[in-house]
Amino acid sequence: MSTHAQLPVGFEALETKGWIGSRRYLLLRRASQLFFLALFLTGPLFGFWIAKGTLAGSLTLDFLPLADPLVALQSIAAGHWLTATALTGALIVLAAYVLLGGRAYCAWVCPINPVTDAAHWMHRRLDLPKGWQPKRSARYWLLGTVLTASFASGTIAWEILNPVTMVHRGLVFGLSAAWLVVAAVFLFDLFVSRRGWCGHLCPVGAFYGLIGKTSILRVSAPKRAACDDCMDCYAVCPENQVISPALKGSPGTSPIILAGDCTNCGACIDVCAQDVFRFTHRFDRRLAEPPSQFAAEQSAASLMHKE
Amino acid sequence: MATPQLAQSRRRFLADTARMAGGCAVAGLGLAYVARDARALPADALRPPGALAEDDFLGACIRCGLCVRDCPFDTLKLAELGTDGPATGTPYFTARTVPCEMCDDIPCVAACPTGALDPALDDIDDARMGTAVLVDQENCLNFHGLRCDVCYRVCPAIDAAITLEASHDERSGHHAIFAPTVHAGHCTGCGLCEKSCVLPEAAIKVLPVRLARGEAADHYRRGWEEKEKNGAPLVDGLIDLPDRLPGPGTDNLAAPGGFEPAYKLPGGRR
Repeated sequence: MSTHAQLPVGFEALETKGWIGSRRYLLLRRASQLFFLALFLTGPLFGFWIAKGTLAGSLTLDFLPLADPLVALQSIAAGHWLTATALTGALIVLAAYVLLGGRAYCAWVCPINPVTDAAHWMHRRLDLPKGWQPKRSARYWLLGTVLTASFASGTIAWEILNPVTMVHRGLVFGLSAAWLVVAAVFLFDLFVSRRGWCGHLCPVGAFYGLIGKTSILRVSAPKRAACDDCMDCYAVCPENQVISPALKGSPGTSPIILAGDCTNCGACIDVCAQDVFRFTHRFDRRLAEPPSQFAAEQSAASLMHKE
Repeated sequence: MATPQLAQSRRRFLADTARMAGGCAVAGLGLAYVARDARALPADALRPPGALAEDDFLGACIRCGLCVRDCPFDTLKLAELGTDGPATGTPYFTARTVPCEMCDDIPCVAACPTGALDPALDDIDDARMGTAVLVDQENCLNFHGLRCDVCYRVCPAIDAAITLEASHDERSGHHAIFAPTVHAGHCTGCGLCEKSCVLPEAAIKVLPVRLARGEAADHYRRGWEEKEKNGAPLVDGLIDLPDRLPGPGTDNLAAPGGFEPAYKLPGGRR
């Protein structure tokens, strides 16, 4: 492990890229989360309706219907064939996330993300033990369970508990109990299980992860040869098992992070002082030219020459 | 023969799978239990017009709130988590708080993207959100002989869903009781009657149909209706046996000790 690994996480990025530069995607994500919430809030707050409804189902500008595909799937599992409006809406959302990376929903839209991010921030500040860490695959099991429960009970089962839609509904419709859900998820992630909710359990994230397996927009590590093993990306990535195949892949392997678990949050891009990572499409397998021995010697020689 | 490593990894795989399956079985049972439990809709919570039967509704309503947004009278609201109400996030209204104003264009049904509010409902008079029941005759002012009549007056289907049925007031001896009477075939369950009942606690209430109504068995036939449909008695040649009359020794129509009926059916038949 390199000596860089002993520096605090994000220290080098802050030094080389500045405060804004080392937080670009974080700031963009917060702006995006606020934006998607604001779409639903302008109506109730100012009487100017952009998006009506909630993340489970909505109507934007009185013509664009959207629906959560997982909720739609549960409804179908429960034995209700949705009418065309909701089906169309669910397919539009499905198509959007197939292109943008399924779990981009988690990082850029979901109202629970700031909650679990805050929990993780505090978790690091307090240096708490990571606690219960169920397998990453637990969420897929839970997803199966949710669909089975919908089928067995004839109800949209997950909507009884789903913190995502519950908090969004609470924010948009002013329901006070949403704060209990926020508190529960926060405390769970802080004291029970580090990154537990979004990273291990949430079946909504699992569902979007499955969609995202084929997504076009991806993070790549084209300059992986420049990696100095500071490990900062592993420290900030909420799904850091996805990094290694791309970053540490043997020569000839793809530098693209192809795992559906990747949330396209861009934290690795922000934190890397060497600018190893960037957003690109999934077919862009280009690698930046590794700094060759010759070039390195040349620059060293020119430096010496100057002196 | 499996190598020891293979045997070990297989053992681990089986143990992990069993653990996951076990955990999910527990979680799933819990979830299904809570989901089923949420079906117990409180009696004063009414679903919007066109709502599917409660069992189907919970599989169809995605809790998006679009019906609530498009309700011009703020009748509909979304159920809060944790309160002892309908399944969280689903739309409902309480007649006594804000009743349904029965919009002609039924905007809530038009807004529903999933069909949880049945798009086939195109005439609000066909809605069956519940059925009004005069639950408390002992406190209803009309049953005291007063002419309150408020529930009758406000009913959007006046003289069809609620009528006033006159009868003799036995208490005063010379007044009438105008009993508000609900005819379920015309009642949409909008709740205007319950909302406007002048008593501190309404004497007329809209209840979910399952609570408000009984149900006749499929095979029951009303003889008089069948006879009218048929245009004649269904069975020919019925022998008209003598009717029993009050008084001693009543088995004979000639009846020594009995008395002649005070009223005879028109046409001389008894």
